Amino acid sequence: MEAVLKVEDINVYYGSIHAIKGISFEVNQGEIVTLIGANGAGKSTTLNTIAGLLNSHTGAIQFMGENLGKIAAHKIVSKGLALVPEGRRIFLQMTVQENLEMGAYTNRGDLREDIEKVYGYFPRLKERYKQIGGTLSGGEQQMLAMGRALMSRPKVIMLDEPSMGLAPILVEEIFNIIQNLHQSGTTILLVEQNAQAALSVADRGYVLETGKIVLSGTGAELLGAPEIKKAYLGG
Amino acid sequence: MKKIKWSKTTGKNTMTYGLVILAYVVLQLFGAAGLMSSSLKGMLIPICAYVAMAISLNLTVGVLGELSLGHAGFMSVGAFCGTSTAILLQNAVPSAPLRLAISLVMGALFAAVVGFLIGIPVLRLRGDYLAIVTLAFGEIIKSIFNNLYLGVDSHGLHVSLLSDRTNLAEGGSLIIGGPMGIGGIQKIATFTAGFVLIMVTLVVVFNLVNSRAGRAIMAIRDNRIAAESIGLNITKYKMMAFVTSAALAGAAGALFAMNYSTVVANKFDFNTSILVLVFVVLGGQGNMLGSIIAAAALTILPEALREYADYRMLVYAIILILVMLATNNPTLKSWLDRLKSGRRKAKEAI
Repeated sequence: MEAVLKVEDINVYYGSIHAIKGISFEVNQGEIVTLIGANGAGKSTTLNTIAGLLNSHTGAIQFMGENLGKIAAHKIVSKGLALVPEGRRIFLQMTVQENLEMGAYTNRGDLREDIEKVYGYFPRLKERYKQIGGTLSGGEQQMLAMGRALMSRPKVIMLDEPSMGLAPILVEEIFNIIQNLHQSGTTILLVEQNAQAALSVADRGYVLETGKIVLSGTGAELLGAPEIKKAYLGG
Repeated sequence: MKKIKWSKTTGKNTMTYGLVILAYVVLQLFGAAGLMSSSLKGMLIPICAYVAMAISLNLTVGVLGELSLGHAGFMSVGAFCGTSTAILLQNAVPSAPLRLAISLVMGALFAAVVGFLIGIPVLRLRGDYLAIVTLAFGEIIKSIFNNLYLGVDSHGLHVSLLSDRTNLAEGGSLIIGGPMGIGGIQKIATFTAGFVLIMVTLVVVFNLVNSRAGRAIMAIRDNRIAAESIGLNITKYKMMAFVTSAALAGAAGALFAMNYSTVVANKFDFNTSILVLVFVVLGGQGNMLGSIIAAAALTILPEALREYADYRMLVYAIILILVMLATNNPTLKSWLDRLKSGRRKAKEAI
């Protein structure tokens, strides 16, 4: 399999704090890869670095064979790498439909077709297309944030903690949608604290601890690994 | 999606244009009929300048969502550059309206350049920090013009800072004289020019706000991280709004200055920046019509209430507090909402 996204030995600092200490991993075409770890392990930092919001001092980030190192964040989206930021950052004053339209800002394709496609994944958004973003529930906002990212027609979509602050039933719904996206061929890089849910949908996973990858393997392997069980899944 | 909608915003913009035109026509008729007091007549051009200032600042504060406390600085740049241009062109361009137009454009151009230069460091900051740094830049611009000497003679332009070292040849004249500012200005600003300036400002701002770029600017205001994640070039769009705002303020400053015989840098100080900010806050952030009304009302009121001038600042403060309460206090807000919906229901009942 061919790696669409390849991260090699990146080091990221927040001032004097060394947040990411030489991480390397790759995501292959059509895979769901998950990064799991506790708070402060560096999961979101890794995603933000790939998306160009933060800079790595060393190493390289290759996307479809192209080095993303010196490319500005806003250009990375149009290359086909979309980030759904942590905490469902939607445009609260805009309607659902307008939020989706904003997502297509870099994509001058057929807007209506893309919107219908997103509504196909998220029928709930279609019901509420005229509603103002701020009045949606947390789960719906998360769906909207994901839908908006899909509007840029990404080749790889990066999800930063989509289950954060959601009721278990909604978490299940979000993960069902992630699997649907996967089945339709989207490559997904998923960052999660909910290790159980993330590992059960993922093809492969990496475990982060204080800025380093301490363990990697297939989703099933990691789910069964004793140290994971102890640290993240509660015995 | 495709059909052109007569949306709420289009309606509101048309109303704003309409009211400005109406105000102009009514004031012109009043003037022609001799119904206007001389003090009001003298205030028409400053009102136009302040209205344009308020609209331009509303672009930064209301649409871009960044608090700028140095807007008078851009007005100052426009005033000095525009007026200098007018003086230099006095012989070359005999037609006063044309000279005025060129001066306003020059004022806007210089203010845009300064806006761009200031925008580079300032737009990297957020919130309070941005406000503080714009305040500082406003003061820096004031200090520069207080210490700038510009003279012209047969050899061309001479510039010096801190002290007058222009050493003008015979027949040369000093245009900007440091703290003395510019003197002997021909008052070529007219009410009609002010009206045109307001209309141009409105056209620029409305078209920017309703464009693709305007959507991006408002998206950045609503949620910067989300805007970044959908691939918007944050710096570019912030700069676009900031420079446009600065340019419009420059034109307003040029018009303002050419209504007086002298202009000094101290006129465009922190208080002027705050005054314009008060117009914007009172009129409602993002609400251009509100800015126009607030700027006009708050320029006329102090004159009309001249005998109570001692209490002016007190009244300002109280009005600002009341406006903040009315828009942010949940109890008051819900009371106002109930009042509104009650009235609507009463209307429906009829």
